[in-house]
Amino acid sequence: MDNLQILLQAPIFSVQLLIDGLMIGAIFALAAYGMALVWGVMNIIDIAQGEYVMLGGFITFSLNRVGINPFLGIPVSFAALFVIGWILYRIVINRIVERDMFVSILATFGISILLQQLMSQIFGADIQTVESGLGTTFIFDNQITISQIKMVSFVLALAIGVVLVIFMRKSRLGRAIRATAQNARAARILGIDTDRVYAVTFSLNAAICGAAGALVVMTWVVQPYMGLAYTVRSFLIITVAGFGNIATVIVSGLGLGVAEIFAGFLLGTEFQMAFIFSLLVAILVWRSIRLRRKRQVLR
Amino acid sequence: MSARQKTDGRKLTLYAAIAGLSIAAPFIMPNFYIQLSYLWLMVLFALTWDVVGGQMGYNSFGNIVFFGLGMYVTAVTQRDLYYTINEYATVAGRVDALTPRQYLTGLSLGLGMSAVAGVLLALILGVLVLRLRGHYFAISTLGIGFAAGDIAGGIDYIGAGSGLVTPVFPSGLGERGLFYYFLFLILAVAAFLTFKWIYSTRFGLAINAIRDDEDKAEAMGINTTRYKVLAWTVAAFFLALAGGATGNLIGFIDPVDTAFAGATFGVWMILMAILGGKGTIWGPVIGAVIFQITQELFWTFLLGWQRVALGALIIAIVVFFPQGIMGFVRHNWPELLGHRIEAREEEEAA
Amino acid sequence: MKNGGALLSVENVSKAFGGVVANNKISVNVPEGRIIGLIGPNGSGKTTLFNSIVGYHPIDAGSISFEGTEISALRVNDIARRGLLRTFQQTRVYGKMTCVQNMQISVPNAHESFATMFTKYPDEVMDKAEHLLEFVGLYSKRRLRAGDLSFGQQKLLEFAMALMNEPKLLLLDEPTAGINPTLINGLIERLKRANADLGITLFVIEHNMRVIMNLAEHIYCLAHGELLAEGRPDDIQNDQRVINAYLGAH
Repeated sequence: MDNLQILLQAPIFSVQLLIDGLMIGAIFALAAYGMALVWGVMNIIDIAQGEYVMLGGFITFSLNRVGINPFLGIPVSFAALFVIGWILYRIVINRIVERDMFVSILATFGISILLQQLMSQIFGADIQTVESGLGTTFIFDNQITISQIKMVSFVLALAIGVVLVIFMRKSRLGRAIRATAQNARAARILGIDTDRVYAVTFSLNAAICGAAGALVVMTWVVQPYMGLAYTVRSFLIITVAGFGNIATVIVSGLGLGVAEIFAGFLLGTEFQMAFIFSLLVAILVWRSIRLRRKRQVLR
Repeated sequence: MSARQKTDGRKLTLYAAIAGLSIAAPFIMPNFYIQLSYLWLMVLFALTWDVVGGQMGYNSFGNIVFFGLGMYVTAVTQRDLYYTINEYATVAGRVDALTPRQYLTGLSLGLGMSAVAGVLLALILGVLVLRLRGHYFAISTLGIGFAAGDIAGGIDYIGAGSGLVTPVFPSGLGERGLFYYFLFLILAVAAFLTFKWIYSTRFGLAINAIRDDEDKAEAMGINTTRYKVLAWTVAAFFLALAGGATGNLIGFIDPVDTAFAGATFGVWMILMAILGGKGTIWGPVIGAVIFQITQELFWTFLLGWQRVALGALIIAIVVFFPQGIMGFVRHNWPELLGHRIEAREEEEAA
Repeated sequence: MKNGGALLSVENVSKAFGGVVANNKISVNVPEGRIIGLIGPNGSGKTTLFNSIVGYHPIDAGSISFEGTEISALRVNDIARRGLLRTFQQTRVYGKMTCVQNMQISVPNAHESFATMFTKYPDEVMDKAEHLLEFVGLYSKRRLRAGDLSFGQQKLLEFAMALMNEPKLLLLDEPTAGINPTLINGLIERLKRANADLGITLFVIEHNMRVIMNLAEHIYCLAHGELLAEGRPDDIQNDQRVINAYLGAH
């Protein structure tokens, strides 16, 4: 842990890591919000969540390769993933909505494998990135660097989140979604087309992830197998934050981002993924031990 | 002949046919040693997944961790018994690195250590993770499976990201392919017989009860924790042995692609059990055979796209054929498997 | 344990969920060999009390002792192994297993060891299982999957499974709910026989007044989470407080 020494001797470096963590955490929070949406409304855990992010990244990457401004990739990826989500819903998801959760986990795992292998065949397994054309900002006597694209994506991620929350609260469709989440049968009786609601919710989630992916390819890198990590991060955030409100999701997302960046620095980047996976297991086990005192189980 | 004797007679012929075919296979198709060994490996994967997944209802995505552990423990034992890490680097790949006796000792000891390691890991993980239910259990095991691969990739003692090479099969022990084919066959048969026996005892009913209604089982006084951990331990035992053998079959161990191959083996084991019919003794076996054949066909005809096709296959089976082959047979021809249906019962009572 | 001594003793037990008090200082005595009733309008805390007794959740205050030993800190399966069983309101059986298998797995397991876990069931177990299935009238269905039975049949199976486990005390949560009225008399008969012939003490939650007045020797009435009244069936039936509680007068 020599890196720990570095942190202790140069605290300014911690600030750098903190900022990096917050920047990426916002994107994690966005993806988590989408997953919570699908989980809460349709009782489906979508293991392919990370793959939607990956697809969004590759779509933006492809656009960039033909000379289109990557920022346009955000709405394009959003729209493209909405369509892909709709198609997936119509072909696969609508048949598993009413079944038990293991079916949804396994089916979406199948989708996840299909998508990552597909992209691997098309683009190869290398990592890709996109130059946003923005520069870097230096603060604190040039000791801390913040790439401007990261700041922009942070703001954008939060902005998308805010728009979503407003949509869910104020719009007709948003309220229909929330009604279905609370009680699907009652919603149906009241005239809400639950099938439509499911389709929109599922596609919306994919679209959100697509937009997140566009941000990711500009701020970091994408590669066909990055999906599972995002899925696990989203699950982790939801486990910690619950379904309650967007604020806890954001805070948990930011927290995870920071924790991950610090772990990557202290343990080495090759252990960063192991850190996330292990953290998930640790939190779940901890939760269940605490619940056991009350003789309950995590449901 | 009574009906019972007829069924027993049919069963015996079936077993004899399978046994005969299995023993003859490597001689009939000598170029397919690896594929045939893989067939038995798939059977092992499916059976060990099903005991905790199909029979007990705890769908694990992380069983691969025992497989990978076993793979590394055997390989490391084989290496460390006779060489230091540096020495090994120079002799690895040489056919005369180990004498036949050394090789066999290393392999047996290694497999033994793997089995012990697998059991210990299952006990520890079991106590922690088996307290989780449903999807929380599934996703935790998913995390464990993938974390293991990454962690292994960072440990230098076992080769880190570059992986580990198992000792070369020395001359004087016969045909390598044949040797490993029979090793896998014996493992698979041992596993099958073990599980078949377990399912006929109280243990079998207990884990089914846990699957059907764990709270009810607890309310009836069943010590569910004990059964859950034991079930996972039995699975881990065979998985670790399978891992040790596979490492030697392939010759090279990669932490993520070979050992802790969560995205391939780890998912296939679930798929095979479901395809064949989870919760039955023959289901996983049938599923494994069909899957292995399908896989080979995909690889031959689709090459790079085989994994994509596999993803589609998973979706298709899970969504459209979740009852699996045994479930399908049971539904349409229940008498074939000795089940009773309502209408029959009323006829008998009348 | 002397005959007539308290097999189960619940003293001042309280349990709240969130801010809602489900049980408030409830005290109940179940003497050995008797049939005791527990009645009360919906939401009065009856099932919560049962859940507390069997260890489904910890209690907030009070004490629960069974055969003289404090059990409020024990887990569900420990309590069950001591001979305190319960049946569920929604009737729970092992759906994918046959009736006979449901019975076999319900064999008492207080003395289970690693050795016994891996043995087959002896013939006596099968005999007993079939005998009990016969007792509840399910013998002809014994090889069917439990999940394929009707609700009423599953209830009978659940009862038979409980008997199989040889409990000392059996908590029954609405044993006649959902059963065809023509079959209720048969069930009451069997409950009485289980008590008289097998010596099983019964503690029964019931909504059907005819059934509980017929069955129980002593009845407790809960309302709003508190013990409202107790006494012999005749007394309870004519107790104005009980009548008010059911009619909703406050």
